[in-house]
Amino acid sequence: MYVTNKILPELPAPSNAKGIVHWLKTNLFNGPINTIFTFLGLFIIYKIIPPVIEWAFIDATWFADSSSACKLENGDRKPGACWAFITNRFDQIMYGFYPASERWRPNLAGIMLVLLTIPLFFEKTPKKAWLGGFILLVFPFIAYSLIHGGGLFGLPVVDTSKWGGLMLTLIISLVGILFALFFGTILALGRRSSMPIVKSLSVVFIEFWRGVPLITVLFMSSVMLPLFLPEGTDFDKLARAMIGIILFQSAYVAEVVRGGLQAIPKGQYEAASAMGLSYWKSMFLVILPQAMKLVIPGLVNTFIALFKDTTLVLIIGLFDLLAIIENVLGADPAWLGFHTEGLVFAAFVFWIFCFSMSRYSMALERKLDTNHRN
Amino acid sequence: MRKSVLLGLATAAIFSSSVQADTLEDVKKAGVLKCGVSTGLGGFSAADDKGNWKGLDVDVCRAVAAAVLGDASKVKYNPLTAKERFTALQSGEIDMLSRNTTWTLTRDASLGLNFAGVNYYDGQGFMVTKALGVDSALKLDGAAVCIQAGTTTELNLADYFKANNMKYKAITFDTSDQTIKGFESGRCDMLTSDQSQLYSLRIKLAKPDSAIVLPEVISKEPLGPVVRQGDDKWFNIVKWSLNAMINAEEMGVTSKNVDEMKTSKDPAIGRLMGGQGEKLGLDDSWSYNIIKQVGNYGESFERNVGTGSPLKISRGLNALWSKGGIMYAPPIR
Repeated sequence: MYVTNKILPELPAPSNAKGIVHWLKTNLFNGPINTIFTFLGLFIIYKIIPPVIEWAFIDATWFADSSSACKLENGDRKPGACWAFITNRFDQIMYGFYPASERWRPNLAGIMLVLLTIPLFFEKTPKKAWLGGFILLVFPFIAYSLIHGGGLFGLPVVDTSKWGGLMLTLIISLVGILFALFFGTILALGRRSSMPIVKSLSVVFIEFWRGVPLITVLFMSSVMLPLFLPEGTDFDKLARAMIGIILFQSAYVAEVVRGGLQAIPKGQYEAASAMGLSYWKSMFLVILPQAMKLVIPGLVNTFIALFKDTTLVLIIGLFDLLAIIENVLGADPAWLGFHTEGLVFAAFVFWIFCFSMSRYSMALERKLDTNHRN
Repeated sequence: MRKSVLLGLATAAIFSSSVQADTLEDVKKAGVLKCGVSTGLGGFSAADDKGNWKGLDVDVCRAVAAAVLGDASKVKYNPLTAKERFTALQSGEIDMLSRNTTWTLTRDASLGLNFAGVNYYDGQGFMVTKALGVDSALKLDGAAVCIQAGTTTELNLADYFKANNMKYKAITFDTSDQTIKGFESGRCDMLTSDQSQLYSLRIKLAKPDSAIVLPEVISKEPLGPVVRQGDDKWFNIVKWSLNAMINAEEMGVTSKNVDEMKTSKDPAIGRLMGGQGEKLGLDDSWSYNIIKQVGNYGESFERNVGTGSPLKISRGLNALWSKGGIMYAPPIR
């Protein structure tokens, strides 16, 4: 019998149970079927990736003043991508027709927003509520006065018809997200209210706006609405589109938030009442913070959808990022035929924004996770 | 869709009949002409890298602004999609529409609109690969045709092939870009669309020289500026701004020689250059402003879609009546 009073030292794992070879064996070549699929996968990657890299990077033309740089002498296309199509008019993709001399204004507004928002991400920032309130209640007026002009600083007015590009996409999405969140929450509370009129109004509103496609809403706001207004009333097109988007998205947000409200156990409501909290206090201090946390994935889902839906504003003649690329750059006779590059670039920009939103929401979920679910 | 259009038209009719607007006064008061253009069609209305709108249709807007306000740059462009263009005009959101719009009886008679003339005679044509070795559409019996679904081109094509007792195989796509990709990848022998579009689609090919546009034109698509019905004064101004451009070309008056032509002894040129403005309710320099700032029709054509542009569309039907085309303007007298 072998007895020891010492714990034996840990030995390294046997060589066939570690290392790259082991990983390959267990994950990629585990049996004949998996081996076949591994090779098939490798073959597909080999077929797709090198040509894409060659097209997008190696053979690509990055900067040029005219499309002739992307063409051979006989007028045929060069094999690589023509990123000059994008880089040449990058400013327009970002700002649309916003006058070049005034572009510092949206830049400044954007930088201000970023600087104001950064402290919110740190735990230790004092008076977060005040800062948040400032961003939500005061900053919009500052931003409007900067980007549109007039208002607080008396800057020259830049008409909304000149707004465009990524700037317009971001403005529509940010305004849409903020207002939709606010109205959506109110509607969700309304739908669960015990007051019959409030409840039925909320139900009708939500079901109506959820039941029509966004494209119809935009179309109505742009085509039908002017017919009902007195002739010559020039109701801003962008404002019309934004109102349409907000009404539409509020209905979606309302249903997402209602899902969260329903997931909160009845005991929480009762506890809040037992504490003597009024309806609004119990909602904003007890119920909604918990409900909102639960519905983060659903909310972010809605916001990502909203961000992508902004591309629909082209149908009412507003030039968002995609519309600038497709209809302004794409219609310039001097640069015809670089459709693919434009779409790839637009897809890339949209992906960056949507992916960051989704990563942020996951981080937020982890941060707010209080382990109450189990 | 159809129902909503009818509803829209009905309301439009009610509203437009109740309003007697004086567009000329409105434009003068605003100091800017609100002109509806396309959201982007190369050579006709497209924004350049500075954000300036350029094109054949845009030049009509500029001509009217030059005639009315004395400054061709005083135009506020309102990019419109095909669906919203008529409502924008009916509701007064724009003062005129210059957006490659085909003049048809239905539109003229039932939309509460007036077409002020034709600034481009378009028509459906065919593009084939050079390798096919065909010089006429009549030799295309049994061909596979790339075509955009749900357009009048589809119907025209069917009529044309039926009338000539030929067969074809239609391969339909949703957008014009998909259509040209289909053509490029060899899925069809020919592509059919309006001729003005065929030229810009051709540039989109990786090898533009590998395709040719056939001479046949199988449909009539006269494109022109549109105004609201019920304001004849304004209708006249838009109509004669376009006519002045065409007449100027006919008389050889260009943006470069317009100052010398002012003293010309030719009575027709004299009438073009002055003396007629009052009848339109405009300054006497209205036509001078148009020619000086925008140019005559020929200049506009060459600059935007003709040999001076990447599109390189030949004048064809759009040549002056005296030069083998059908572009014809009534005399200014």
